[in-house]
Amino acid sequence: MAKITFVTQANETITVEGNSGNVMELAVQNKIKGIDGNCGGVCSCATCHVHVEPEHWNKTGAPSAMESDMLEFDEKVSDHSRLSCQMKVTEELDGVVLKVAN
Amino acid sequence: MAKCTFSDPFEKARKEVGIGEMDDQNDPVKMVLGHKDVRRCAHNHKTFQSGAEPGRIVVPSEVNIRDIRQIPFEVDPPQHGSYRAVVEDWFKRPLEEEYTAQLEKQIGVLIDEALTKDSVEVINEFSLVLQSRALTLLFNVPFSESETWISWGTHVFRSEETALDAGKAQVLYDYIDKKLEESKQNPGDDFYSKLLAAEVDGKKLTDEEIKGVVVLTFSGGRDTVINAVTNSLAYFAENPASLERIKNEPEILNFAIEELVRYFSPLTHMGRVATEDTQVCEHAIQADTRISLNWASANRDATVFEKANEVVIDRKINPHVAFGFGTHNCLGATHARQILKVLIKTLIKKVDSIEILEADENIETLGEFKRKVGFNSIQMKFN
Repeated sequence: MAKITFVTQANETITVEGNSGNVMELAVQNKIKGIDGNCGGVCSCATCHVHVEPEHWNKTGAPSAMESDMLEFDEKVSDHSRLSCQMKVTEELDGVVLKVAN
Repeated sequence: MAKCTFSDPFEKARKEVGIGEMDDQNDPVKMVLGHKDVRRCAHNHKTFQSGAEPGRIVVPSEVNIRDIRQIPFEVDPPQHGSYRAVVEDWFKRPLEEEYTAQLEKQIGVLIDEALTKDSVEVINEFSLVLQSRALTLLFNVPFSESETWISWGTHVFRSEETALDAGKAQVLYDYIDKKLEESKQNPGDDFYSKLLAAEVDGKKLTDEEIKGVVVLTFSGGRDTVINAVTNSLAYFAENPASLERIKNEPEILNFAIEELVRYFSPLTHMGRVATEDTQVCEHAIQADTRISLNWASANRDATVFEKANEVVIDRKINPHVAFGFGTHNCLGATHARQILKVLIKTLIKKVDSIEILEADENIETLGEFKRKVGFNSIQMKFN
């Protein structure tokens, strides 16, 4: 079981728990504002964009080449951007804090 | 070649040149073809603007047939964001249970009807009807309005006789004027009333702005949805195993929808107007000339997609740009995806097989390129 914390644009902090699927799905299930996952997780729509807290970057790891490509031209990209549909919910993510980009 | 094969006319030009050129009413267009270049140009809204003369970013250009600015489509950031914020939540309503239930009912009825016939001309008797009826849900207006919309035919600005029909556009404008007036007199829960009550940056929308949003909602999802639905049916007619697979592995339904949208790319491209002298793939682009973001070409870019010219029904990583890319991505995408989802689920539930009896392909000419976007007519038998 991994505890994942989302911080929304309105500065709401919500911590949820999960053990399967990807982070976007977990966020959508928990109605996290700003994570829509319109394309259902195929790395197309960028509506699941999050900024990983820099000190937690080692928990999530860097994006794949394809994911990084899609993020490159996103309005809100940062050095610690990820598309949460491409992050599997695993033990390694336990305690991670993700700021919702939109 | 199978009826549901849609080949990629841009491959050679994309690899060798990066752009393709076409004329359009003496306002030529340089089409940007590669996946990365398309995304880069879509992102660069300062150099490649949407807020040009109304109608100019559409190809074929609509400058001669409309003055109304479509909103938020023909507005650039930051103003674009304020308009978009007003309509964003409304266009997420397709995710609500009640909306989906209504859609299931509508599509169920259409399929039941199709099953009773020896032959269905899918464009006019199925897809146009489906699109119009589903749009009553998006507008939140009575179902009976769809009868009027069906009578307009498959494209709100185009007719059989001419690609750009000002007279036909006027029918739509007159209709919208009438509906706005009705909602002013008698506000309800419909889209018009919602827009009449809305404020952008503390100010009410003008009638002109409201019309701009409504015209966009009518035209953006017309032939695009009709083609997506028709082409998907043609695909399942010729690939029954894919439908069987989705039935047995419902978890791939979402992948299938995104893949069909990528493969068919119902909107070939969308224009932008250069605000300064610039270049794309080392080709000079002069200020005040047009480029287009060729979504259909980008979606077959082999540097991004393995087996780009095949439908891989469970494609898991699929960074397609069929709904556009960046700030201006398709507002109606949630509605469109929900239509395809319900359609596929209904086919699985009710239909054993589909036969294509006769088909007349709809081929777009873009300069030297000829692209199949769908069908002018296609007869099918549903079993």
